[in-house]
Amino acid sequence: MIRAVDIKKSFDDVEVLKGISTVFEKGKTNLIIGRSGAGKTVFLKLLVSLMSPTDGDIWYDDVNITTLNKRELIDLRKDIGMLFQGSALFDSMTVEENIRFPLDMFTKKTKKEKQDRVDEMIEVVNLEGSNNKYPGEISGGMQKRVGIARSIVLNPKYLFCDEPNSGLDPKTSLVIDELIQKITRENKITTIINTHDMNSVMEIGEKINLLHQGRLAWVGNKDEVLESDNELLQNFIFASPFLQRLRKRAMNNK
Amino acid sequence: MILTFFYHLGRFVNLLKLMIARPENGGMYWKETMRQMNDIGIGSLIIVCMIALFIGAVSAVQIAYQLGGQIVPMYYTGYIVRDMTIIEMAPTLTCLVLAGKVGSNIAAEIGGMRQKEQIDALEIMGVNTAAYLVFPKIIAALFVVPLLVAIAAFVAIIGGYLAVVPTGMITESEYVFGLRSFFVPYNITIMFVKAVVFGVILTSIPAYQGYFVGGGSMELGQANMNAVVYSNITILFFDFIITLMMT
Amino acid sequence: MILSIFYHLGRFVNLFRLMISKPEKFSMYWKETTRQMNDIGVGSLIIVGLIALFIGAVAAMQFAYQLEGTFVPLYYTGYVVRDMTIIELAPTITCLVLAGKVGSNIAAEIGGMRQKEQIDALEIMGVNTAAYLIAPKLIAALFVVPLLVAISAFISIMGGYLAVVPTGMITESEYVLGLRTFFVPYNVFMMFVKGFVFAFMLSAIPAYQGYYVKGGSIELGKASTNAVVFSDVAILLSDYVIALMLT
Repeated sequence: MIRAVDIKKSFDDVEVLKGISTVFEKGKTNLIIGRSGAGKTVFLKLLVSLMSPTDGDIWYDDVNITTLNKRELIDLRKDIGMLFQGSALFDSMTVEENIRFPLDMFTKKTKKEKQDRVDEMIEVVNLEGSNNKYPGEISGGMQKRVGIARSIVLNPKYLFCDEPNSGLDPKTSLVIDELIQKITRENKITTIINTHDMNSVMEIGEKINLLHQGRLAWVGNKDEVLESDNELLQNFIFASPFLQRLRKRAMNNK
Repeated sequence: MILTFFYHLGRFVNLLKLMIARPENGGMYWKETMRQMNDIGIGSLIIVCMIALFIGAVSAVQIAYQLGGQIVPMYYTGYIVRDMTIIEMAPTLTCLVLAGKVGSNIAAEIGGMRQKEQIDALEIMGVNTAAYLVFPKIIAALFVVPLLVAIAAFVAIIGGYLAVVPTGMITESEYVFGLRSFFVPYNITIMFVKAVVFGVILTSIPAYQGYFVGGGSMELGQANMNAVVYSNITILFFDFIITLMMT
Repeated sequence: MILSIFYHLGRFVNLFRLMISKPEKFSMYWKETTRQMNDIGVGSLIIVGLIALFIGAVAAMQFAYQLEGTFVPLYYTGYVVRDMTIIELAPTITCLVLAGKVGSNIAAEIGGMRQKEQIDALEIMGVNTAAYLIAPKLIAALFVVPLLVAISAFISIMGGYLAVVPTGMITESEYVLGLRTFFVPYNVFMMFVKGFVFAFMLSAIPAYQGYYVKGGSIELGKASTNAVVFSDVAILLSDYVIALMLT
């Protein structure tokens, strides 16, 4: 579980986040949604400690990470996995080497143990046969899957995903979303996903946090989305007039 | 202007300070250092030899031309070519060109990693990126650049020979006699000191430029250019300082 | 290897053939050329001045140090510094550094335009992109770089003065006497020829690298590195050829 308490963040004189408090639950896919410029990316970077907040506390279970020094932070990061928007795979390494990198760097496993773990990961993300390809040789969806495999290879307790669907077609998006949800449930991970893809929201939105202009505008799960009369939420999810008509019809049929 | 200079200097020193830490995994650092040695050393060998050949040839031709019709004996060509290449030309010109090749490569590599969030990815894993990305490059350059400079000096002297002896400007025995005259072993020390210092400069400055690069491809190009230009200026500045202190 | 050299050489020559045509609108070309002159010339002035200062200082100190204990008189320092900077150091080192600054800038600018489809956009409009993007840079460099080299030679000689006279290594009158001894005006001519030829190398080669860049930011970085390295090698090669032909 990760708890954010009254998070504020300013750049120079511009206040990007104006006090956000929320809880991200364990074993669930927690979503942060909002329009471009709402402060999603900044919020995510604060949560993973790539930036520190101007004010407020962030609790990883019972540890307040805003009070940790650099060394303690590095220890904590062994429990964090992160999937980046552009996958952030290392170009000069193959798929297998990318996934093995954290094992090489941080564990004292034997070669055999590492290889077993890598093979297991490759199976989890369905990439059998691509072991020795380079990131440049595989599709965006496959890159994302390698990114997922790399981020969970050390069994993290917390998983962050920055726009896991950007640049993917709806079908591939769905595969990635379901993969993330499956991993989250099976390993009881606290997963936080930053997205503006409404397909994802309706598919895996077990807890949805809507940001608007640096504030938390709405919290709920995907079933509550339809029924909510929060105008900001409805404008975000059902952006086009067509979708708005569909929603009205669905509500009338109930 | 002065303020930005100190801003960059402070951030540069800070980056180097961050670099000094216990490696997470010695084996990984060793492997990366070896890879860099191969990239920097073997990867630059042909170019270094090529430019050394020209440098030696130019020096010899020009000195033979300048000595023509003077009281100074012709065999001085060999002597001046040797000293000029060892003390000045081989370390400085080789490292200026290496700053263009190796330096801009380093800036582009680290800058690209920054822009594609690969540095963030490493940070999240708990890797000390300042150390893992910068340190192996500096260590590799520290070992390999002096070797390249020594090779350059050797090839330059051969280049000088090829330029003036077969063309009949001076005889072989004169050139070789010149090479053997007034030899001061201390000059070799100067050459190696220069090479070590230049090696650190031409890796650390581009690494700094790449590490702190901003958003777009324009910024990456700018960082790349700054990497080369600032390394060049710093190399020439330290050339001056070393000459001042060691002669 | 040999084949790829000829491939690039052919495409390079072809690019310049494409360039030669009647400008669509003369005033646009004129404006662009003056802008480039400002960018290349004024934009590099401080750096060129700075490096010239160091080059002169190093050359003077090293010569004063080497002449000690030989039977060559000390005033030769001024003479050698003058000739070395005019013939060799000012044109070569200035242009090597300019290849790093101006060259990588040109490659990054034109390459960036290619990747962002701006060159295609110009082509669709009917602009001769080879001419419009490259010719002004080339002409600007051909005018401005020789001037920068001349400034560099002048400042180098002052740098040499500042390094050896106030420090008491040799007296002012000795240095000045040296500067005035054995002066051959032909050497200045040689300096300008070098400046001119190097200017071509350091603008044309990067323009070529940028114009034919493909793919993503990695390729752009590589083109920028290649631009600098190939200009450096071409400069040193033509340095040798010029030395051979003009001396």
